[in-house]
Amino acid sequence: MSAAEASTLRLALVGNPNCGKTALFNQLTGSRQKVANYAGVTVERKEGRLHSTASGRQYAVLDLPGAYSLHAASLDEAVTRDVCRGFYPGEPAPDVLVCVVDATNLRLHLRFALEVRELGKPMILAVNMMDAAQRRGIAIDLAALERELGVPVVETIAVKHNGARALIEQIDRTAARPHEPTARLAEGADLHAETRRLLSLAVAMPTRTAKIDDALDRWLLQPVLGFVVLIVVMFLIFQAVFAWATPFADAIEAGAGWLGGIVGSVLPEGPLNSFLVNGVIAGLGGVVVFLPQILILFAFILALEESGYLPRAAFLLDRSMSAAGLSGRSFIPLLSSFACAVPGIMATRSIQDPRDRLATILVAPLMTCSARLPVYTLLIAAFIPDGKIGIFNQQGLVLFGLYAAGIFSALIVSWVMKKWRRDKSEHALLLELPSYRIPHPRDLLIGLWERAMIFLKRVGGIILALTILLWFLLNFPAPPEGAIGPAIDYSFAGRIGHAMAVFFTPLGFNWQICIALIPGLAAREVAVSSLATIYALSAADDEAAIQALTPVISDGWSLATALSLLVWFIYAPMCISTLATIKRETNSWKQMGFAAFYLFALAYLASLVTYQVASALGAG
Amino acid sequence: MILTELPSRIPAIVDAVEDHGPQDAIARRLRELGFVNGEEVEVVAKGPLGAEPLLVQVGFTRFALRRSEAARIRLRNGAAA
Repeated sequence: MSAAEASTLRLALVGNPNCGKTALFNQLTGSRQKVANYAGVTVERKEGRLHSTASGRQYAVLDLPGAYSLHAASLDEAVTRDVCRGFYPGEPAPDVLVCVVDATNLRLHLRFALEVRELGKPMILAVNMMDAAQRRGIAIDLAALERELGVPVVETIAVKHNGARALIEQIDRTAARPHEPTARLAEGADLHAETRRLLSLAVAMPTRTAKIDDALDRWLLQPVLGFVVLIVVMFLIFQAVFAWATPFADAIEAGAGWLGGIVGSVLPEGPLNSFLVNGVIAGLGGVVVFLPQILILFAFILALEESGYLPRAAFLLDRSMSAAGLSGRSFIPLLSSFACAVPGIMATRSIQDPRDRLATILVAPLMTCSARLPVYTLLIAAFIPDGKIGIFNQQGLVLFGLYAAGIFSALIVSWVMKKWRRDKSEHALLLELPSYRIPHPRDLLIGLWERAMIFLKRVGGIILALTILLWFLLNFPAPPEGAIGPAIDYSFAGRIGHAMAVFFTPLGFNWQICIALIPGLAAREVAVSSLATIYALSAADDEAAIQALTPVISDGWSLATALSLLVWFIYAPMCISTLATIKRETNSWKQMGFAAFYLFALAYLASLVTYQVASALGAG
Repeated sequence: MILTELPSRIPAIVDAVEDHGPQDAIARRLRELGFVNGEEVEVVAKGPLGAEPLLVQVGFTRFALRRSEAARIRLRNGAAA
């Protein structure tokens, strides 16, 4: 550590959930942020650098997890408590605590600020969202608050340009001469009584709630209309995801194909050429191609989350989800899992109850992620006639049915797990429904960037490594001189496929399908391009692969086999990235093993039943 | 009267939060969130199925509480704010 770093003052932002702390953090540090985990736990650690142009000083700013109290009720709150006190192993104690409170929610937030003040550390109180308070006619006497609290008080508007100027100036002053709070509560004094005293002295509040919140909640939480709005919102999101992502995904695939073509034609024919084109470039393309869908879905989720609507959705769905052994809080992670289960599973960190969190993690892989779509598209195009049932397109209905089957299975699985645990103890909801807000583009962009990085780091490395490994399995050893039949038949992958076929014959899978299941370990959609390779077709991208494959498989496979494979992919237990994330988030090999086992068992049984029934009905 | 019996949109005053069992973490958290003696509360909305959960306004904040959580909150008799 250099002398300059050692002398860098450490600030920690602390506050209730929904106080606008993270928006303030974004305003202070801009893009100079580092996101990681606290040592030993899956709690997100966000640190950034603040450069004060007035004083030229540099500060290290830590954005602590939101907390209602220092009497921790969750892992997040325990981290906040320990870091504030300077007890967290490996975390230096912060020099100054910046306690952020929402000016429109002071009854709740000032109580926590008092708790923080009692730690006796140098502290600044940032009264945030002063713009919203002014609009509602709330008058706050900051000078009186500062006098009574005994700590410097400043106002901030995290979502306005320069809205943190007063805070930065105060940070410079406190850094020059840090001092402990000058007021303290008497032993055994009641924090609520003190909060009320402060409110009566310093705050004039014409109404307890915002009119807009009352009006919106009246409609959006109305039993019938609320559900209608929720369904319409979800429908529009999925429409947008599919409509907008396709051109980007096509362009990425075409780009990867083009790059592969160039590299393939420049390099001499041979293993290196094949390795770069079919291993590395195809692998990278396979990772990046998911980004458009995932980013568009996350943009919607972030916007809904920041606006305050998602907690309302959790409110509407809590009763039904808790009947199935989940919680309203499970809604957001499960929604994210439709893009990719990896960020979805990571989003379960917002569920405080450990049992609800585990149940959500275990069923998240059942949500139809974007990687399954190419497989569904191929099989549906090949086997389901493009006719109409009533006003609905048959192929669309089958696709919808596959999505619904995933959701339905998730509810059944979590319900069975709840019964299995025979757990009669109480699960708390205690969910705050914050005021509605218009999200700030900067916060959306930073949030989106973080999600994209999570995906590329956690998923990208695994997909790339596995694609390269599979390239090896598919290409070695080379077929002997004068061999007839496709080269793959002689490779390691071919031998494994033939061996697996014994086990999968009751499901109607031939050895070609079995081989394609192996690359599916990396990412499910790779199964499509693998089938193309196995049937010795050359295709530049997935689209071309689907077109070339369609006649081959619709002649070669029975309808029963196709249905069985579709059902297999509802459960598709073999996404290594998902399993690795389950291991990381639960910190338990046992839970990961359980997830892998139950998904495999479900996939096998469901496909077995599908194939046998379909064959018996004459589709074999 | 307890909070689950309070009709929608009728303000009432909290008397106390009762512990259900020893070391009741939920009761303590309710008190930390502002459900303490003298505070005004109101049931703003009810969930679509079986009136579960309840949306409760306390202070300037709205919380979704399951009925079992809300059942810990005892209200002062008679007097509405």
